[in-house]
Amino acid sequence: MTLHLTNARLIDPEALTDATGSLTIDNGVIVAINAAAPKSATLLDCGGMCLAPGIVDWGVKIGEPGERHRESFRSAGLAAAAGGVTTIVARPDTSPAIDTPETLEFVTRRAAESVVRIRHMAALTKGRLGDEMTEIGFLRDAGAVAFTDVFHVSTNTKALARALSYARSLGALIVCHPQEPGLSAGAAATNSKFASLRGLPGVSPMAERIGLDRDLGLIEMTGARYHADQITTARSLPALERAKANGLDVTAGVSIHHLTLNELDVGDYRTFFKMTPPLRSEDDRLAMVQAVADGLIDVIASFHTPADEESKRLPFEEAASGAVGLQTLLPAAMRLYHAGAVSLPQLFRALALNPAKRLGLPQGRLGEGAPADLVLFDPDAPFLLDRFTLKSKSKNTPFDGQRMEGKVLATWVGGTQVFQAD
Amino acid sequence: MTFRARHLLGIEQLSPDEIVTVLDLADRYVDLNRRTVKQSDVLAGLTQINMFFENSTRTQASFELAGKRLGADVMNMSVAQSSVKKGETLIDTAMTLNAMRPDLLVVRHPSSGAVNLLASKVNCAVLNAGDGRHEHPTQALLDALTIRRAKGRAQRLTVAICGDIAHSRVARSNLILLGKMENRLRLIAPPTLMPPGVEDFGCELYDDMEKGLEGADVVMMLRLQKERMDGGFIPSEREYYHRYGLDAEKLSFAKPDAIVMHPGPMNRGVEIDGELADDINRSVIQEQVEMGVAVRMACMDLLARNLRAERGRAAVGVMV
Repeated sequence: MTLHLTNARLIDPEALTDATGSLTIDNGVIVAINAAAPKSATLLDCGGMCLAPGIVDWGVKIGEPGERHRESFRSAGLAAAAGGVTTIVARPDTSPAIDTPETLEFVTRRAAESVVRIRHMAALTKGRLGDEMTEIGFLRDAGAVAFTDVFHVSTNTKALARALSYARSLGALIVCHPQEPGLSAGAAATNSKFASLRGLPGVSPMAERIGLDRDLGLIEMTGARYHADQITTARSLPALERAKANGLDVTAGVSIHHLTLNELDVGDYRTFFKMTPPLRSEDDRLAMVQAVADGLIDVIASFHTPADEESKRLPFEEAASGAVGLQTLLPAAMRLYHAGAVSLPQLFRALALNPAKRLGLPQGRLGEGAPADLVLFDPDAPFLLDRFTLKSKSKNTPFDGQRMEGKVLATWVGGTQVFQAD
Repeated sequence: MTFRARHLLGIEQLSPDEIVTVLDLADRYVDLNRRTVKQSDVLAGLTQINMFFENSTRTQASFELAGKRLGADVMNMSVAQSSVKKGETLIDTAMTLNAMRPDLLVVRHPSSGAVNLLASKVNCAVLNAGDGRHEHPTQALLDALTIRRAKGRAQRLTVAICGDIAHSRVARSNLILLGKMENRLRLIAPPTLMPPGVEDFGCELYDDMEKGLEGADVVMMLRLQKERMDGGFIPSEREYYHRYGLDAEKLSFAKPDAIVMHPGPMNRGVEIDGELADDINRSVIQEQVEMGVAVRMACMDLLARNLRAERGRAAVGVMV
C-alpha cells in the first residue's frame, strides 16, 4: 500500500531543514520526498503540521522481567506511540538484569507485544555489579545494541577496563553513567542553597565531572566506543568537548527533564521531581540546552522510569528516583523550541537521528530508503497535562498539571499507523 | 494580631508579623507557667497526639506539658518502636491516626520534609517538632523569645551561630527567623560542617571562632550531631573543642554582655565548656527550656483558634 502525505512541514534532521513538502511511503519505507503522488496512493493532507522521523528514545526502563505492574512492553509501546516515539531502546536494569543471552531472548520475545520497535541494551557486567563482564559477544549476536550497567557505577576500575578492552574487539558500544559514586553516595539533590535549606543531602556537580574524567581516561586507554548516558552539569562540558576534539569515539546524552526543569522545581519535597542524577541549577540547565543546540550533546532521551505511587509517596530521601517520559518527551522538547533555543531539525537530530546513528539503526532519517517511522505533530497545540491520561502503567510525571505545547497527531512505525489522536 | 497558618511546618512559612504574634502570646504564657496553678482551658476538649519517629525526651516533654497546661487531651506515641517496624508507611500511620480525629498532631521525623508530606494527608493542625535537617520551628521561636527577653529586642542584633550547622535543623530555622527579623547573622564552623551553598545564605561566614565572635550580642552554640554524621567531618572531639568549643576565653571576644545559648542536649567539653554553660550571668540555656513550654503553648493556642474558625466556616458552608 502506498501512502502519500502532502502539505506537511518536513523536519529533516540530516539536512537541518524545515520546509513544506510531501512524502511518499511504500512498503514500510520512505520512497520519495516532494514527488508527485503515485496513482494508486492513498492521500493524506497533513494540514501544514510537522512531519518528522519518529523519536528513538534511548534508555527506557520497562518493568519486564520483574516489575510488570510498573510497566509492560504493551503499555510502554502504547505510551511511546502516543508520544511519537517509534523506537524504544530499553534498559537492562530489570530484575533479574538482562545479562545473559537467555534473558535477552526472553525480553525480545515479550517485546513483540509493543506497537513500536523495541531494541535492547544488555548489562555490561553480570548482575550489573561491575565485577565480571557479561558474554558481550553472544549478547551482541542475540541483538543487544549497546552494553550498560545503567546507574550502577563500577568502582572496580580494573574490571571495567577489561570489559571495555574486550568490547572494543567486538566494536560494541558501551554506555556509562558518569558519576563518582563515593561523592554522590546518599545524595537526593544537588548541592545548593535550596537543597541545604530543605535539609536534603546533596551531591556536588563535580561528582559528574570526576566520573566523566575517569571514563574518558579509560576510553583513551582501551579505545572502546563510549556514550555518556547523561551529561547534566556545565562543568562536564569542557572535558566532553576535549575528548571529542581529540578524536575519541565518544558521544553524550541528556534527559529531557534536565533540559526543562531545575532543582527549584522540587519545591515542597515533590518526589515526582526526584531524578538520577538530581535536577541541577538553572545555569546548568541553560548550559545543557546550549550544548544540545551546538551539537556537543548528541542525544536527548526521556530516561522513562516508571515508579508506582507507593514508592513515590514517601519522604523525599526515601522515595524512588526517576520519572515516566515516553509520552511527554515531545511536548516537553517543544518548550526548548518555543523558547527559541533550539530549532525543530536540531531537536530531531538529538531525538531521532543521532541515537539511531550511534546505535547502528536505520531509523531517524527523513530520506528516501529510510524506514517509514514517522511522527506527525502540531508544535503549537496547547494542553494541560493530566497524569491520569497517560498510557503508561505508572503516572509519575513531573509535568502533571502543567501547561504544555505540542501534540502528537499520528505515529507510523514501518509505514503502519500505530497512533491517531482523538 | 496576625496568625494565618494552618500548620506550623517551618519558620519559612511565617511572616515577621506572625512571629511577633507568637512571641507576644508566649510572653503571657510565661507568666501563667510561673504561677503555682498553671491551668488554662483554651485547648479543652481538643486531642493532641505527639508522634515521635525519632527519640526525644526534652521536646516531647515540653509539648506534652504545653498541651496539658492548656487543657488538651494529650497522647504520646513512640512510633519509633511500633508500627514502623512492622513495615507500615508514614502515610498509613498518619491516615490511621487521622481516623482517630485528633486536633493537633505534633510530629518529629528523621527525614527532611516528612512532616510536610504528613500534613498534606491529614485534616488537623500539624506542628513540626523537627524533621531531618530541615526545620525545628518551635526551637527557633523559643530562641527568639529568650533573646527578646534577655536583650529587650529580637532585631538588629549580631547573632553568631556556631558549630555543626550542616546537620542542624535548629540552625536552619534560626537563621531563617533571625533573618526575617533583620538581625546580622554570622555562621562559625569548620568548612566540613558548613552546609553546601552557604555562601548564598546572606550570612557572614567564619572558620575562625575568635574573629566570628567579635562584637556578637548573642552566641548560639549547636550540638555536634554525631548521629547524623557518616564519618570524618572533624579529626577528633578534642581538636574540635580546642578550635570551636566555647569557653570563657573565646567568649571574651564577644560583647561583654553577650548571652550564650544552646538548644540542648549539650556535649560538655565538646562544643561548650561545662562551667560556662552553668554561668547564670552569661548562659540562658535554662531560660530556653522554660521559654520552650510557653512558645509551644502559644503555637498550639493559635493553631487551635484557626482550626476552630476553619471548622466553623465549613459547618455553615462558607467557602474556605
